[in-house]
Amino acid sequence: MGKTVIELQNIKRNFIVGEETVHALRGVSFKVEEGEFVTIMGTSGSGKSTLLNTLGCLDTPTEGEYLLDGIAVRSMSKAQRAVLRNRKIGFVFQNYNLLAKTTAVENVELPLMYNSAVSAAERRVRAIEALKAVGLGERLEHKSNQMSGGQMQRVAIARALVNNPAVILADEATGNLDTRTSFEILVLFQKLHQEGRTIIFVTHNPDIARYSSRNIRLSDGQVVEDSRNDNILSAADALAQLPRNEDD
Amino acid sequence: MNINNLFKIALRALVNNKLRAFLTMLGIIIGVASVITMLAIGQGSKLSIQAQISEMGSNMIMIHPGGDKQGGVRRDPSEMQTLKLENYETLRDECSFVSAISPEVSSSGQLVRGANNYPSSVSGVSPDYLEIRQLKVDRGEMFTEADVQSAAKVCVIGQTIVDNLFSDGDDPIGQVIRINQIPLRVIGVLKAKGYNSMGMDQDDVVLSPYSTVMKRLLAVTYLQGIFASALTEDMTDYAIDEISTILRREHKLQADEEDDFTIRSQQELSSMLSSTTGLMTTLLACIAGISLVVGGIGIMNIMYVSVTERTREIGLRMSVGARGIDILSQFLIEAVLISITGGLIGVLLGCGACWVVKTVVHWPVYIQLWSILLSFAVCTLTGIFFGWYPAKKAASLDPIEAIRYE
Repeated sequence: MGKTVIELQNIKRNFIVGEETVHALRGVSFKVEEGEFVTIMGTSGSGKSTLLNTLGCLDTPTEGEYLLDGIAVRSMSKAQRAVLRNRKIGFVFQNYNLLAKTTAVENVELPLMYNSAVSAAERRVRAIEALKAVGLGERLEHKSNQMSGGQMQRVAIARALVNNPAVILADEATGNLDTRTSFEILVLFQKLHQEGRTIIFVTHNPDIARYSSRNIRLSDGQVVEDSRNDNILSAADALAQLPRNEDD
Repeated sequence: MNINNLFKIALRALVNNKLRAFLTMLGIIIGVASVITMLAIGQGSKLSIQAQISEMGSNMIMIHPGGDKQGGVRRDPSEMQTLKLENYETLRDECSFVSAISPEVSSSGQLVRGANNYPSSVSGVSPDYLEIRQLKVDRGEMFTEADVQSAAKVCVIGQTIVDNLFSDGDDPIGQVIRINQIPLRVIGVLKAKGYNSMGMDQDDVVLSPYSTVMKRLLAVTYLQGIFASALTEDMTDYAIDEISTILRREHKLQADEEDDFTIRSQQELSSMLSSTTGLMTTLLACIAGISLVVGGIGIMNIMYVSVTERTREIGLRMSVGARGIDILSQFLIEAVLISITGGLIGVLLGCGACWVVKTVVHWPVYIQLWSILLSFAVCTLTGIFFGWYPAKKAASLDPIEAIRYE
């Protein structure tokens, strides 16, 4: 395996709610190598959202160090973390979070808007490339309200790809989609995995674990299972076996 | 993040919410338009009052014999004989802040021409008098210095005299009118001026050389007054000082003696009127300024709503790498864009309103450049000031909560 992209060293995260201290993460440690497709699973309250926020540099751990692509995150300021997110992380959310009334290309350009090193022309070229990579080369100028859920999630994935991040963080990325579209999105994630991208997919759906290369199970703020999946199922095959929708 | 991208982002957000942006602007538009219109109306009336005053001769200085008090009793200045013709000549020769000067002696009486007669008075003046009183000869000509030297029996008459003595439509030029049995040949007719703001008929005048009136009509050696015109309105005070110094010297007054003459100018009237209109302008501007502040509060209001409504968008922007300062700048730029665009439309609307006021209501309006610049500057400041708090709120949102905000 290649280099380590993510390294968590005994991460703890406490929240103070009123008088009580809630321990959302109670010492989580693992490494993710470049090119892995990791699913993080757990029931609600298991701490997976907190872990995702930590991995995404949106939150800082109370204790423990987090190295993203070799960079220590814990001591960073808010602004520094924002820049780090901009360069190293691509987010895919459950509810897509596209800008309203905005075209696909403009949505994908968004992360690059906050990177002054990228010129307007380069921004557009890269956004179009990313959209082609997710199979939306024909819908560059479609606005977000003119697209289906699956298409919107593809735009969101293109947006996560456009800054060429060290890791793609997907938060229930198929949660709002029907079965068929979910598999289409999974096919896309597997394709990105094969291209060598590092993906962390947070979900509570155990089925998705069968399509990833590694599976981390979280319970009560601790890692209870961390297993390699040697028998990765093909989402494309599963998609082919699904009964066709009558309108397709 | 460069400022160019921030502008693009802010502009796009506004374009996506055209109607709301416009409604927000409305407060600013009305505010700016009213500031400009009110200031223009205020300034217009100020100028028109000034013009009226200067029509009466805003540089005019009047010198009358007699001080304000004399032994506790005031006397009719025209009875006093302290102002002599020599005083006039000295002033004429020595004053440097005075552009025109004329003595004044008047003799009242019944003007007679054929079967017509009219009670009026003949003013004995020098040719400079026209300049001092802003009079113009309409037909014929003014008498000259030579007429003064020879005490010629000529006169220039106002339109009211023409109407009363020449009601048969004869051309008055060359005709002879009589006053107190003295025949005067009409050599000119003054251009009509109408009534002044005090209600006095400015056309009820007969002007003759002062020598004629002094020698032939009144047989006196003293003057009833001297009229002078300062070089400019601003120099009136210097001119008054100069005249006062010369007259005190001529009248051999000691330092502890009071003036035996009174000097008045139009400046007091002028400054009183302009301070009144200045006050009015300030009041109008205050009212208009309040509407600008209300417009600003409108911006703040909408920006707050907008921040709440766009919480998810802000969360997303932060998660893809927008720093707090980027979000702050975006919302500030939005607020300033709204207020500046509103300001621009307001300026146009204000100019339009001024034009309407001018053409429809016929009020004098005068748009000053500084009022446009001022309201523009105030606009921008309003945008920054009232945009700051919502922008600060947006920038301080927690991206984790913002992105999941429902």
